[in-house]
Amino acid sequence: MIEFVTFLVLMALGYGFGQYAERKHYRSILEREKRFRSEVLVFQTGVPPEQGQGQDQDVRLVMGSVVISVDYFKRFLAGLRALFGGRVKSYESLLDRARREAVLRMQQEASKLGAGMVINLRMETASISKGEEKTVGSVEVLAYGTAIITRDARSRFEPTRFGRATELFERA
Amino acid sequence: MLVTNIETVPGRQVIKHLGLVQGSTVRAKHIGRDILASLKNVFGGELKAYTELLQESRDEALDRLQQQARAIGANAVLNVRFSTSSVAQGAAELFAYGTAVVLDEE
Repeated sequence: MIEFVTFLVLMALGYGFGQYAERKHYRSILEREKRFRSEVLVFQTGVPPEQGQGQDQDVRLVMGSVVISVDYFKRFLAGLRALFGGRVKSYESLLDRARREAVLRMQQEASKLGAGMVINLRMETASISKGEEKTVGSVEVLAYGTAIITRDARSRFEPTRFGRATELFERA
Repeated sequence: MLVTNIETVPGRQVIKHLGLVQGSTVRAKHIGRDILASLKNVFGGELKAYTELLQESRDEALDRLQQQARAIGANAVLNVRFSTSSVAQGAAELFAYGTAVVLDEE
């Protein structure tokens, strides 16, 4: 009986706090994504888009990582899902949040260095509590890339080639 | 020491290729942090202690990679990749590897 009550309490706590935390996190992600979208451009290619004007730019490895955990309620749902199969929505949103957060942190680091873009973005996912009785639970996502730091942002960005670069002009 | 994950550095030439260098570290979880983490397993959300732990370990792996590169006379490491694997329960290996090169002076 007591076990059942604890279970119910944990479910309720997990549901309440989990939903609240997730909503808050998504709000913050959306807000920061909006900001960094124009500030730090991210490319997956390994070659800087405007090569040939090379001399006055620095390159630097930047990374961002996050370890994030799913709440009790969602873990229980995922456990049920494992019986019937199908989409495990609770882990989908967990991984989505983790990836976006990791990329945002990387962008933040790049922006601190004064970089206008990050190229050669790579992502890595690892589940750190692997091998323990409680399945996935928490997951780590690492995003890394090379920040291109232009010593003179003004000459580097041509608004005709980068639509968003106008904002960089205004800031400079 | 210049460390990047692209294959060429804009505006600079590779004058010598020195081969693969690597750095790794294995870290175990902290028991105190683990208690906090199990609380988070109920409420959900970011496990800040683990984020920091892994970040520190990764920095150390990068440090070792750079030491190795410096020892063989490189001034840059290109094409760096990261990899994480859990070797035992509660312990993770963080591994960084790349190509050590000598770049010309600017």
